[in-house]
Amino acid sequence: MSLLIENLHATLEDGTPILNGVNLEIPTGEVHAIMGPNGSGKSTLSKVISGHESYIVTGGSVTLDGVDILEMDIDQRSRAGVFLAFQYPAEVPGVSNANFIRAALQARLPKGQDIDAVAYYKNLYAKMDLLEMDRKFTARSVNEGFSGGEKKRNEILQLMMLEPKYSILDETDSGLDIDALKIVAKGVNAMRSADRGFLLITHYQRLLDYIAPDYVHVMSAGQIVRSGGPELALELEETGYDFLKELATA
Amino acid sequence: MPTAISQPSILTEAPRTSAVFPAWFARTQEAAWTSFQQTAAPKRGDEPWRFSSLKELDFSATTRAEFLGEASELIQRSKGLEQFSAKFVFVNDGFALAINHLPKSVICMPLAEALLSHSELVEQYFMRHPATLGSKKFTDLHTAHLSNGMFIHVPAGVVVEHPIEIFHWVQGQHQATFPHTLIVAGEKAQVRVIETFQSINERDATWTIAVNDLIAEKAANLQYSVVQALNTESKIISVNASEISASAVATSFQLHTGAAWARSESICRLLGEESRSYMFAVSVPSHDQEYDLRTFQHHVSPGAYSDLLYKNSLYDESRTIFSGLIFVDEGAHRTDAYQTCRNLLMSNACEANSMPGLEINADDVKCSHGSTSSQISEEEIFYLRARGIHSDTARQLIARGFSIEVISRLAHEASETYILRMLDEKFATLKS
Ligand SMILES: Nc1ncnc2c1ncn2[C@@H]1O[C@H](COP(=O)(O)OP(=O)(O)O)[C@@H](O)[C@H]1O
Ligand SMILES: [Mg+2]
Repeated sequence: MSLLIENLHATLEDGTPILNGVNLEIPTGEVHAIMGPNGSGKSTLSKVISGHESYIVTGGSVTLDGVDILEMDIDQRSRAGVFLAFQYPAEVPGVSNANFIRAALQARLPKGQDIDAVAYYKNLYAKMDLLEMDRKFTARSVNEGFSGGEKKRNEILQLMMLEPKYSILDETDSGLDIDALKIVAKGVNAMRSADRGFLLITHYQRLLDYIAPDYVHVMSAGQIVRSGGPELALELEETGYDFLKELATA
Repeated sequence: MPTAISQPSILTEAPRTSAVFPAWFARTQEAAWTSFQQTAAPKRGDEPWRFSSLKELDFSATTRAEFLGEASELIQRSKGLEQFSAKFVFVNDGFALAINHLPKSVICMPLAEALLSHSELVEQYFMRHPATLGSKKFTDLHTAHLSNGMFIHVPAGVVVEHPIEIFHWVQGQHQATFPHTLIVAGEKAQVRVIETFQSINERDATWTIAVNDLIAEKAANLQYSVVQALNTESKIISVNASEISASAVATSFQLHTGAAWARSESICRLLGEESRSYMFAVSVPSHDQEYDLRTFQHHVSPGAYSDLLYKNSLYDESRTIFSGLIFVDEGAHRTDAYQTCRNLLMSNACEANSMPGLEINADDVKCSHGSTSSQISEEEIFYLRARGIHSDTARQLIARGFSIEVISRLAHEASETYILRMLDEKFATLKS
């Protein structure tokens, strides 16, 4: 059981290559981290996996427990079990957070079956409590007027409600103060289990102090250029990404 | 020699003022009829009818609607709020039901009755201001032919707790109704009124020419909402005017989901310091529906505030026209006036026309106006779909959210719930 990315190539609509052969396997039960400088293609990787239409896959494959997801629609991929916590979550005016999450859960039920509203709110409130989110966020429009930290917490709330098999967290730590980071980490850690896999995308080692990864990968110019254990993150923290230049000139 | 048979129609038949109505009313109807006949019909090139489909203004085979006797089923269908202060049902302008829990001092009754029991009071407020946005001829026609409507007078200091509901049902191929709603909120009085227009069947092409006048006296708070959910064969012209005295607030909200063609003219006149006007509209046209919405924010007094927010979500080949003017009179200093029209284009074949406008003849004025047209943002759609929500549902959630932003401005949960329910009835018929 894994989310398997093999030799993935993707370009912008104008043909500019962004991903240049990404290889990565995230088995259930494991937490992987991708680090790398800005512009190396980390967000693009997460969006290509989710099916964003601004990118064209020109080669390679992404399979979820052996099933090709590149053929699936965006919403199908989500229902199949991939979740992306966005680096920049969209604002959706006029759609309340509670209705939004409910619609997402409803979409997973067979036709004719409805969400049990009482159980839904009970579950929602429990998770919001864990994430220390005020109840008023249920009635507020999705992400509208939320601070950066509130948006990130809201992403984790959705993750916890949808219980995806594979989660990709794109820079969930950016814009969070240490207290908010701890809360978000608590949410993610509560979701870790033998039958879920996580991919943490981050620029900084800091997040990994709170969500301990099993493996760390370095991305550069649309490829994974190094992989290792948690110690790799610490090394990067010390030395920075300068070694990439050496790699490039070598 | 064959003679052309002139069909009876509302264009040719003189008013039939009921003999029991007061003389002033008969004279008013007579005068309106004369004025109607003397006023030219809108024609191509008339500014107030720019972009309008003038061909829709065809009344030739249209006659006054006949009253239908049996209304019990329609009373059943008149489902509004859970809690209301009063509820009135009209069928083809004929009175069908009154439930009234209002304080005794509040006058709330069919206009036909008020003309008998409160003739002087009605006369004082009736049609005080002529339509100025192009439909003078049609308000004349309305005045000439009207036989009923609602008269609501909330005396000074009275706060009406729950909304007053008015339901209008119409039926009859080429038949016309002329409902008139007159609401007066006295000094420091507060009242909410929700009026709903619906067709009895999906088949009959009816005409409705409606006028509603809102008068908010000093420091009153008057909120009027209208839901236009007629069948898609019908047409409606509605002219709404509010007169707002010092420190008073008037809110006028419209929801348009029905009718083949709807023309709405909405005017507010700010007559005193710290008077406030809110004008809101949500329109969701589909197929070949066309909504023609004209507004006028008239700052007569200095130190007044007005805000207007109109939102259209256009599906299929539908069409909207928004024309709005903020007009600041000479001397109306310290005016604060805003106007926004936003169009959400849900298809490639729809057409949204916007003509925002501003005329300022005073100093120290804060005004802004603007209109936008856009399709649903790809990023919003992606976000919802990335959570597993089907594409159609996602588009609908976003369009609904776009409308809810206006509805929530009513800041009254029960009213919002009802209006949202009526909006959802429309969305349920739409394919994104
Ligand atoms: N939609 C897009 N349009 C134009 N350029 C893009 C787009 N998406 C990504 N890029 C470019 O691709 C590169 C990788 O971006 P991104 O995946 O966001 O990097 P990272 O998340 O690692 O910072 C950058 O040079 C970025 O400017
Ligand atoms: Mg990024």
